[in-house]
Amino acid sequence: MNLDALFDIDTTLNLLELGFVRNALLAGAVLGLVSGVLGPLVVARNMSFAVHGTAELAFTGAAAALLLGWSVGTGALLGAVVAALILGLLGQRGSERDSVIGAVLAFGLGLGVLLLSLYPGRASSKFSLLVGQIVGVSSTGIVLLSVSALAVILVFALLYRPLLFASVDPGVAVARGVPVRVLTPVFAVLVGIATALAVQIVGALLVLSLMVTPGAAASRVTANPALAALLAVVFAEIAVLGGIVLSLAPGVPISSFVTAISFLIYLVCRFVGGARHRRLVASG
Amino acid sequence: MIHDDRPPAVRLRSARLAYGDRVLWDGLDLDVMPGEFVAVLGPNGSGKTSLLRVLLGLQPLSGGEVEIGGTAVRRGSRRIGYIPQQRAVDSTVTVRGTDLVGLGLDGHRWGLGLRGRADRRRRVREAVEAVNATGYASRPLGLLSGGEQQRLRVAQALVGAPDVLLCDEPLLSLDLASQRMVSELIAESARDRDAAVVFVTHEINPVLPVVDRVLYLVDGRFRIGPPDEVMTSEVLSELYRTPVRVLRLGDRIMVMAESGHRVDLGGGLETEQPHHVSDETEGRQP
Repeated sequence: MNLDALFDIDTTLNLLELGFVRNALLAGAVLGLVSGVLGPLVVARNMSFAVHGTAELAFTGAAAALLLGWSVGTGALLGAVVAALILGLLGQRGSERDSVIGAVLAFGLGLGVLLLSLYPGRASSKFSLLVGQIVGVSSTGIVLLSVSALAVILVFALLYRPLLFASVDPGVAVARGVPVRVLTPVFAVLVGIATALAVQIVGALLVLSLMVTPGAAASRVTANPALAALLAVVFAEIAVLGGIVLSLAPGVPISSFVTAISFLIYLVCRFVGGARHRRLVASG
Repeated sequence: MIHDDRPPAVRLRSARLAYGDRVLWDGLDLDVMPGEFVAVLGPNGSGKTSLLRVLLGLQPLSGGEVEIGGTAVRRGSRRIGYIPQQRAVDSTVTVRGTDLVGLGLDGHRWGLGLRGRADRRRRVREAVEAVNATGYASRPLGLLSGGEQQRLRVAQALVGAPDVLLCDEPLLSLDLASQRMVSELIAESARDRDAAVVFVTHEINPVLPVVDRVLYLVDGRFRIGPPDEVMTSEVLSELYRTPVRVLRLGDRIMVMAESGHRVDLGGGLETEQPHHVSDETEGRQP
């Protein structure tokens, strides 16, 4: 990649005129919103590995869809929801969860690789499922994406207080009658849908940069749950939109920039959070 | 009791709890009146926590009846406040003390809870003030000491104005000064609001000054009464079916097996020697 291309503003502006770039930005904005909103609870529930496992099965679903001639978005969605249900139902016990995810993830990824190798199409569209690609989002894809994201956010809003309760204070939540065991797979499905959306933009391998990193960064700098959700959305939007714009002129996969920006924000938040932590401890 | 006309806050009638062949307790009759403080003692596995689960509506009785405030128990009842034992807060969990208290008020309700936020804030503030935790309630929970966290737990349990406080070993892993502080706080808060307290504990001593009655459970046998009547060598020897001596040392009660070991429950520093008498008596079950 040519470094000058990164700062080639004319090329970038020209590319921003294009329909598919607009689509990508729109899809990125929707994705940033939904992943940011879910992020802090994904972090609080220690679900990073589950998100990764779900993303691998979304990849499997997308690969199957490619082979069958379906829409990749639908395939990813189906794969992720199936994965979320499996992980949510099999892995209720904390001690077992880790290994269940590992087993399911490996199988799913292997199956996906097999399906892709059977697919006669271009190799680049295979690669993009793993590392993301902006041209992958069509106008009908945007509609599916937005409707799914809206559904996730609405259900999340409906479940918000019991979910927060179950995530940060499970013992008392159970005692207060919160259906903790039902909420776990339901939240896993919400995360699964969001993950499927992310797979189409940043690719299966790099979903964590949007589903986990912004939430983890926000959790470093605030203990206010509402503020954490807001910050996570802002961080995810900066990462995804910034990543798309920066990747235009050099013509590289957007995920490299999305992950870099996301990680940079995380590092800054760790630093700020560390200073805040020391200040609070000193004042206490 | 002064308020004899009111229904008991907690009422158990011929209550039986069994898992398969194993009977935890049977024929348990207990009325806890509003404002009364009942400590539940007994060795591990005697069904203390199961009793709380029954009162919370999480565990159905195998037989008999259970009521809270005159109505059958139900899961998630607003009449109940629950105080768990203190646990180290996971560092990935980032909430403030006030969030914890607020969840005690409406964490079981669906939705974002955007309406009535001013009222919610006021009730949370009052609950935090009532336990003198205002100074640190807005700090991240993980930065607070065990005693501070338990103060906020008391506020969390009381913020919904419950009729009954169920406490599951809330003093465990606290230092002695915090144990006394937390048990007095629970007793005072409950008395002020005329709430009943059912307090499951390993140790009688931190709650001895505030306890009205003791429910002592051992291997399906139990005894209910004021500490002076239950915490005696005679009663505990009968419950444990092995010679047990109860010693009064000032305002403390020490429970020792005849062999010289401390009994795991009911006396002083017994957490060092869990299961002692229950282990010894296991082979002598009828």
